[in-house]
Amino acid sequence: MHQFLYGTLPYIALTVLLLGSIARFERDPYTWKSSSSQLLRRKQLVWGSILFHVGVLVIFAGHLFGLLLPVEFYDALGVPHSWKQGLAAIGGGVAGVMALIGGLMLATRRLMDPRVAATSSFADTMIILILIVQLCLGLATVPLSLAHMDGHAMVNLMNWANGIFTFDGAAASYIAETNIIFKLHILLGLFIFILFPFTRLVHMLSAPVRYLWRPGYQIVRSRKDKV
Amino acid sequence: MKVRAQIGMVLNLDKCIGCHTCSVTCKNVWTSRDGVEYAWFNNVETKPGIGYPKDWENQKRWNGGWERTKSGKLQPKQGAKWRILANIFANPDLPEIDDFYEPFDFDYDHLKSAPEMEAFPTARPRSKISGERMEKIEWGPNWEEILGGEFEKRSKDYNFEGVQKEIYGEYENTFMMYLPRLCEHCLNPACAASCPSGAIYKREEDGIVLIDQEKCRGWRMCVSGCPYKKIYYNWESGKSEKCTFCYPRIESGMPTVCSETCVGRIRYLGVMLYDADKISEAASVAGETDLYDAQLGIFLDPNDPEVIEAARAEGVPEAWIDSARNSPVWKMAMEWKIAFPLHPEYRTLPMVWYIPPLSPIKNAAEAGKIGIDRDMPNVADLRIPVRYLANMLTAGDEAPVVTGLERMLAMRAYMRAKTVDGVIDTEIAERAGLTALEIEDMHKIMSIANYEDRFVVPTTHREQVEDAYDLRGGCGFTDTNGCSTGSGGGKLFGSRKFVTPTEAM
Repeated sequence: MHQFLYGTLPYIALTVLLLGSIARFERDPYTWKSSSSQLLRRKQLVWGSILFHVGVLVIFAGHLFGLLLPVEFYDALGVPHSWKQGLAAIGGGVAGVMALIGGLMLATRRLMDPRVAATSSFADTMIILILIVQLCLGLATVPLSLAHMDGHAMVNLMNWANGIFTFDGAAASYIAETNIIFKLHILLGLFIFILFPFTRLVHMLSAPVRYLWRPGYQIVRSRKDKV
Repeated sequence: MKVRAQIGMVLNLDKCIGCHTCSVTCKNVWTSRDGVEYAWFNNVETKPGIGYPKDWENQKRWNGGWERTKSGKLQPKQGAKWRILANIFANPDLPEIDDFYEPFDFDYDHLKSAPEMEAFPTARPRSKISGERMEKIEWGPNWEEILGGEFEKRSKDYNFEGVQKEIYGEYENTFMMYLPRLCEHCLNPACAASCPSGAIYKREEDGIVLIDQEKCRGWRMCVSGCPYKKIYYNWESGKSEKCTFCYPRIESGMPTVCSETCVGRIRYLGVMLYDADKISEAASVAGETDLYDAQLGIFLDPNDPEVIEAARAEGVPEAWIDSARNSPVWKMAMEWKIAFPLHPEYRTLPMVWYIPPLSPIKNAAEAGKIGIDRDMPNVADLRIPVRYLANMLTAGDEAPVVTGLERMLAMRAYMRAKTVDGVIDTEIAERAGLTALEIEDMHKIMSIANYEDRFVVPTTHREQVEDAYDLRGGCGFTDTNGCSTGSGGGKLFGSRKFVTPTEAM
């Protein structure tokens, strides 16, 4: 079971994430959107959304660099494992609290505000609740982490994540002894990957950074180009 | 010189009776759907008033349009690109739906299903968004209809800038006019510039500004970017929508629905040739009052052989060049100079123009004292203050509006002399800077307003740009998977699918 959940499920989740997103973008681009409800109710959105998004972006960057870069990279830089773990726990903790506060504001707004509640789909409501649970699990790992500052558990997690992306068949075994909170956090994370293409989360793939270097401001479409 | 053609529109406010036929027919065709009940691609406002959405003209509040930076460059007033992206999680300049109005329906069923009661049953309003009872309806697309509401509130109207407005709250001095509004299909659209996804584009061949519904991600920056607040966020589909200038009709040579159904025959459609290379220069001239003239400088004379040559070189079809020569928009905006752009100070170079309305002469009881210069009243004695019209149409520069109004008065005086007294008084025409022939032409186009004089719309030459073989068996004007066979009927990806009007029926 452990092998399936942490050795096989990651590939299933990543495949659903990838193929599902491609299929949705190809087949149903009209549904690809951020689904903003700011027009319907501004209250609680401004602070909630900013805290949530900034927090989540910091956490995302932390996970990306913290988990996917190999241990050797940090060793070569001369970063002690305990330092990296401390940074992850404190930085992630602060961002996690930001995202959690924002997420709670957004979730209460989504459930309690009559306009927003009436126009929310099942997926809209569920995904914010799932993300809140995931944030709580993530924050729950912080005290665990601070209790063992030797970096050992962290290296195991890094090896697992690296193992998944390098098709290491033994990846799951690296986290066999890891605390259950970490395991639940990973499991729910994989579940979110699976849900990703079927929810509004897809909007993060369209983060419009291209806008910054789009030439000029105006866009003109010509029919002549088609011929 | 880079010649492009655009279908422009002129609205003769002097003839608008405020019947809302344009709004209603437009709504029936384009926005009678969930999520855009509150959206009116065309709405008619009574001025003075703050309008729909509330206070839309006040860019100090909404930050729409463009601003000229110290270095003389233009950037959206809501901020440069990085600023717009920084606001993506929560847009500080986005109106809330209450600034438009919360869409509602009435409990009509209650009228027939109510049990026997002491009081007569009533149909009370219910929100179309939340389904909840609405105790009071607070705003709408024509809330200030025929000066509804207190003057105190309506006088917040931005066009009162520099006008001693208090006296216009008095019954004897009150004035009103109608302002039908739609997307301006600007030469320098601020909505397109604000769209981080690049979903909003201007069509090269006819200048229509459209939103690519498949590319729109609902970042809602266009809503705040447009100073006319003519982009509407569809809260059901999560995409922005706007006036399409009825492009399927325009492409087949027909007028837009609002123009076709206008009972007052106030709308005109025609081709304008313009120099695309001059746009940024014209939109960024320093003085706001110079913007009107700068925009006139972009348009190209369709009778000039050099222009015709350049237009042909750019691939503008011959029919379009012909239409430009007969364009009522060209005549009104460029030859007679009686039509003006709406709020040129927003620097968007709008392409829906307005002929200012004449109004009754002030203090009619004291008619004997008014300065009448040979049959023609003084423009300053008209009930609507010239400054008010100038604030709306020429960024506050009164001279062009005065000339425009004088020419319309001259047309009336000339035609009265001709038809009532049987005298051809060329002097009236000359005093207004026109020839008798021009006045007769003005009268034909503006007063008689025959269909073929109002709408000079060439068809799109699709055969030149599309391969008919690829289009065979296509589904016409539709969206996304509207007629594809590749997807099932379920809702795999959450939200509702786009339903074409034919499917809905």
